[in-house]
Amino acid sequence: MSTLHTVNKSPFETNVLEICISLAKSGSTVLLYEDGVYAATEGTRAAVAIKNANGISFCVLGPDLQARGIEGKLANDIKVVDYDGFVDLVAGHDTIQAWL
Amino acid sequence: MATKKFMYLNRKAPYGTVYALESLEVVLIGAAFEQDVSLAFIGDGVYQLVKGQKTDGIGMKNFSPTFAALGDYEVNKIYVEKESLEERGLTLEDLQHLVWEDEDDDYAEKDSIRLVNRSELADVLDDQDIVLSF
Repeated sequence: MSTLHTVNKSPFETNVLEICISLAKSGSTVLLYEDGVYAATEGTRAAVAIKNANGISFCVLGPDLQARGIEGKLANDIKVVDYDGFVDLVAGHDTIQAWL
Repeated sequence: MATKKFMYLNRKAPYGTVYALESLEVVLIGAAFEQDVSLAFIGDGVYQLVKGQKTDGIGMKNFSPTFAALGDYEVNKIYVEKESLEERGLTLEDLQHLVWEDEDDDYAEKDSIRLVNRSELADVLDDQDIVLSF
């Protein structure tokens, strides 16, 4: 069973990304969107947590990065997707868990 | 009418909630009443000032250019907390360069943003008559 986890809150505002990473199984994917994209930026504690999360793939929604002016700060190993890519991720996983 | 010191304290990132936009609207309305207005950006609020925001892809209004107009409304005390920038891997270089023109100094262009540490900001807040938090 592969799961797509979606996170849309700033890692500085809630600890939901931390909880998501701790409960996500190897082979699952985490998509960061809306204020969740701040976790994908270099120099943050969240980026370190992402780097240390072995076996989990991380994606980030490009339009949300661009809106916030931070696409130049993207950490390594995080894949940027557009809205079509979001749909492909949903279609490509067995289940979706939307963390709020 | 006596002048009061108004502080607008901004703690939220720009597009995930409506707080940032609402704060800016209130600041612009308040500026018309010739009060002594300051803004402070702490926590995720510092993200509001990041330059190069392009919102076409998310279908929302990019309100960040409005910050550049604040100088014309004599809103020129914009405090940014150093610790909040550092936690987010940001520096002043990542923020918009906000300026105002000093009438009393031959309209010299001066910086509006003041980088302060947490304890300096505590003193600034302590000096206000009214603090509105967004």
